Amino acid sequence: MRCARLAGALLITIAAAAPAGAKSAPRTVTVIVDKLAFGTIPAGLHVGDTVRWVNRDLFLHSATSSGHFDIGLPPGAQRNMRLTRAGQFAFICKYHPGMKGKLTVQ
Amino acid sequence: MTTSLRIAAASALLIGGGAAAYAGGPTDPQIAHIAYTAGTIDIAAAKQALVRSHNKAVRSFAQEMVRDHTAVNDKALALVKKLHVTPEANPTSAGLSKQASATLARLSHLHGRQFDRAYVASEVGYHKTVNGALADTLIPSANNAELKSLLQTGLTLFREHQQHAEQLQAALK
Ligand SMILES: [Cu+2]
Repeated sequence: MRCARLAGALLITIAAAAPAGAKSAPRTVTVIVDKLAFGTIPAGLHVGDTVRWVNRDLFLHSATSSGHFDIGLPPGAQRNMRLTRAGQFAFICKYHPGMKGKLTVQ
Repeated sequence: MTTSLRIAAASALLIGGGAAAYAGGPTDPQIAHIAYTAGTIDIAAAKQALVRSHNKAVRSFAQEMVRDHTAVNDKALALVKKLHVTPEANPTSAGLSKQASATLARLSHLHGRQFDRAYVASEVGYHKTVNGALADTLIPSANNAELKSLLQTGLTLFREHQQHAEQLQAALK
């Protein structure tokens, strides 16, 4: 948990220092986590946007993309994650391997 | 008893035995008792693993079992309170508990990798058995919509845990 939070914090710090890659104003999109599933991942994400992970479930989850991000999501918590790089990022919950999603960042 | 035999016995107990023990399926108070017992058993198994195992992945899995099953059992307790339902002891719950005590006793003699493998194998089998019971007997028999919905969450959770246990089992080979 502490590791995950640290990794998340690092990512956000780096993001703040990097120049924004998107032309339009950065936006914040929400991904709801509930009933052991990730909700719809919004399309049209750009570098500089923020993903807000909101855990409405009873259980501790994570949004983990190996080598990229590892966000711990306690029940009821929300965590912001700035997108710093373009690409496709498949992610899972490291506790519940059936929970999967993919972020596509332009 | 071998692992597969034990699983078969538990399955028969939950599915066949369940049908035989209750004409028309178990009632909501019985279902609540079975579901709560199933969670408690997995928590006890995980606590044993946290005492005996030194393997990081096994310990992390056991912590997840304690955390997730405590969360769902707390929710179940809150629900039965709200619905003024008193969970009712029944032969299925008793059978599960008896079997669980035997497993705890058997694993208490194992150490190191032997323990880790036996615990994880037992978890795979146990989650498979409970998944079968939830899908085939408990969920279809539940009358209250909120109870049914919580059991469905329980089934999704148990399936995730089964998958996680299977991955762990492959990694321990
Ligand atoms: Cu999860």
